[in-house]
Amino acid sequence: MGVIYILICISVFVAAVFLYLFIKSVKSGQFDDQYTPSVRMLFDDELKKKKNNKSQKQSN
Amino acid sequence: MLNCYHCGNEIIENEMLVFDDKKFCCKGCQTVYELFSDNGLTNYYDFEKNPGAKPKDADAKFNYLENADIVSKLLDFQEGSTQIVRLYIPHIHCSSCIWILENLNTLNSGISQSQVVFSQKKITIVFNSETVSLKEIVLLLASIGYEPYISLENFDNKPKLIDRNLLYKIGVAFFGFGNIMLLSFPEYFNVNDYWIHQYKDFFRYLNIFLALPVFLYSATPYYISAYHSIKAKAFNIDIPMALGIIVMFLRSLVDIFFQDGAGFLDSMCGLVFFMLSGKLIQQTTYNFLSFERDYKSYFPIAVTKIENKAEVPIQVYEIEKGTHLMIRNEELIPVDAVLLSDTAYIDYSFVTGEAVPVEKKSGDKIFAGGKQVGNAIVIEAVNSVSQSYLTQLWSNEVFQKRTSQKLKTITDRASRIFTPALLSIAFIGFIGWSFVSFNDAFNVLTAVLIVACPCALALTAPYTWGNVIRLMGKRKLYLKNTAVIEQLSKADALVFDKTGTLTSNKNQQIKYVGEHLTKEELMAVKNIVRGSNHPLSRRLYMFLPECNIKKPLLFNEIAGKGIEGVFEEYHLRIGSANWLEISDQLVVHDTKVYIEIDHKVKGYFVFENEYRKGIKKLFETLKDRNYQLYVLSGDNNGEEKTLRQLVSVDTQLVFNQKPEDKLRFIENLQSHGKNVLMIGDGLNDAGALAQSNIGISISENVNVFTPASDAILDAGAFTKIPYFLAFAKNAMKTIKMSYCLAISYNIVGLSFALSNQLSPLVAAIIMPVSTATIISFVTLMSGIYAKKSKG
Repeated sequence: MGVIYILICISVFVAAVFLYLFIKSVKSGQFDDQYTPSVRMLFDDELKKKKNNKSQKQSN
Repeated sequence: MLNCYHCGNEIIENEMLVFDDKKFCCKGCQTVYELFSDNGLTNYYDFEKNPGAKPKDADAKFNYLENADIVSKLLDFQEGSTQIVRLYIPHIHCSSCIWILENLNTLNSGISQSQVVFSQKKITIVFNSETVSLKEIVLLLASIGYEPYISLENFDNKPKLIDRNLLYKIGVAFFGFGNIMLLSFPEYFNVNDYWIHQYKDFFRYLNIFLALPVFLYSATPYYISAYHSIKAKAFNIDIPMALGIIVMFLRSLVDIFFQDGAGFLDSMCGLVFFMLSGKLIQQTTYNFLSFERDYKSYFPIAVTKIENKAEVPIQVYEIEKGTHLMIRNEELIPVDAVLLSDTAYIDYSFVTGEAVPVEKKSGDKIFAGGKQVGNAIVIEAVNSVSQSYLTQLWSNEVFQKRTSQKLKTITDRASRIFTPALLSIAFIGFIGWSFVSFNDAFNVLTAVLIVACPCALALTAPYTWGNVIRLMGKRKLYLKNTAVIEQLSKADALVFDKTGTLTSNKNQQIKYVGEHLTKEELMAVKNIVRGSNHPLSRRLYMFLPECNIKKPLLFNEIAGKGIEGVFEEYHLRIGSANWLEISDQLVVHDTKVYIEIDHKVKGYFVFENEYRKGIKKLFETLKDRNYQLYVLSGDNNGEEKTLRQLVSVDTQLVFNQKPEDKLRFIENLQSHGKNVLMIGDGLNDAGALAQSNIGISISENVNVFTPASDAILDAGAFTKIPYFLAFAKNAMKTIKMSYCLAISYNIVGLSFALSNQLSPLVAAIIMPVSTATIISFVTLMSGIYAKKSKG
């Protein structure tokens, strides 16, 4: 049963990693604006696509 | 009905423009579309239908941005050629807005990055000052319909750091709570197993290690608050909270070091976690609204000074007595002044809520706060900005003491009874058990303090208030913070402003008085006023029935007097009584436009403020519920008769109230023990709103500016005021019921504690169960009351 020391240490360590990640994400401002990013992620490539369309049109 | 592809406004039939198979209402909208399509940005129109705004002519308006001093005040950051500016753009309203504004770099290569914070309607722009100036960026934004709003408030308002401490603390508390809970399970469920005896020390010491950051870091707000409250000799709820946390931790240490048990570390961390999340819930704020506005958010940052016939932009604070200023269309007059131009039309809707612009003649005094409507005018300042009639109001002490004013909340009152009671029970238990053994007496004392830790009591208010704020927000009453709800439930005197609050500053009634006008004559009037840009002409044009639009044969506008025109066979003169040489017998309070057709005066159109719908019913409902009602007005008593018919019988009407008078009036009511709720709208109510127990400012559009207040009410929800008052009262009822529930939990817990039977397991069960039931109870009840409260 000595393995329990290792297992628990690992589990606490994993939890600590998540805590660290949480603090890091708060610090980076992820929770400051909870709306805009949810919209922003939907438009990423559209500008490029449109430009391509346009250049295609022109080449036609 | 056709709508403009860009801005969605209705297209007037013979003004329609077609471009790219799309229909536009005006050249401005079409230009924006062209600009976007040239740059491959037409996706703008895909996210949202008709997302745009008609671009306004802003050419000269932003000339002050050439002044390096002013620009440097506006910038957030500046190093070398890289500059960062944050601008407030009121038009931001949909995903298309975010998209186009974050693609600004395609429209101007000097902009390297732009980022929108939607909830605050702000954009942060990073740009290279060598390729593009701030003025160019602002003009670009204005030209695509996103004109930024720059006011005196931006002047030395550096960005505030966001306080993220609470989130860190919650993270740490949850980390401790979750892990300790898991590590405690083996002990709870395998009490007599052999292996637990071997490993329990490992579990326990690990628990202490995990609880340390929660005890020393996450719980600090409670220690601090308890310390302050002891110093102020007020028993607030945080004293038993802090005491509970400290006792739990110390008792756990003693238990573990003396091999006496597993301690209460899991309960302690859980308690801290739940309490902190309660704080987070209570923090619900409306980012897009501002409750702290003073005149600075209305006033421009710079004005155009006329010096040796040249126009120079200067900062508003540099205005001195005698400075000549030029005020353009839609610009705000920042200082008391004398008009030098012939005529001006000043729109005071910001200040008084009056919808009709006031006509001023050369030499008239103009008070700060009005907006010029029409052509540019020249004025001479008679004061500096801070000494103006309106701005002086802010030097009243009400505005200083406001932030430090602390209200006693219901939680505080409950804890004034609870805390001494708890301490005496703990003490009695200690005395009683000390006859048995000192060890037991110590256990009982700590157990009482642990189990009675007023977790459920302290959670009730934040969760109820948090939920009520959210529910009221859905119904268009936006509260500044949770303390307002309690005040709302206590209000017994309601004071209404008249102009802009009981009347709408959006709509006004236009009535025709005089000889009947035929259809053809009306058509002639409509076609004549169509050519005029005078605000009254515009309103009259909108008011008159639809008809064919033709160009009049003759059209001549005489500034400050009226319009002369020939339409078909009619010869018309439309304008003021003076000009038409009519002696007006009635006292002139109303705004009138006279109509003369073929040299014969037919009658006049009178512009009246329109009262909101449902006022009569509103006042009757409020009277039935025994509220004392008052109406304050800055105007004279010309409208007393009309008003009398609308409001309930014993409503007091008070006229001729200057801003300071309104403030004194509220103060006087309060000195008679009244809890005053003031509902107003303009800057002239700002003092009264600040002085009253709760100030609600009413707004046709919550995104535009409202004076500092405790709550902002959307004008559409005006008739729901009785509902909100009833709801607030019911919310208080919910809290009281929840307190009974919390106390009954405490009695169960105390009976365990006093009989020295409180095991860590019992504590670990009671604490989360009571928390969960209290939270769900108040959420459910406030939800039910939100539906059931009478409107």
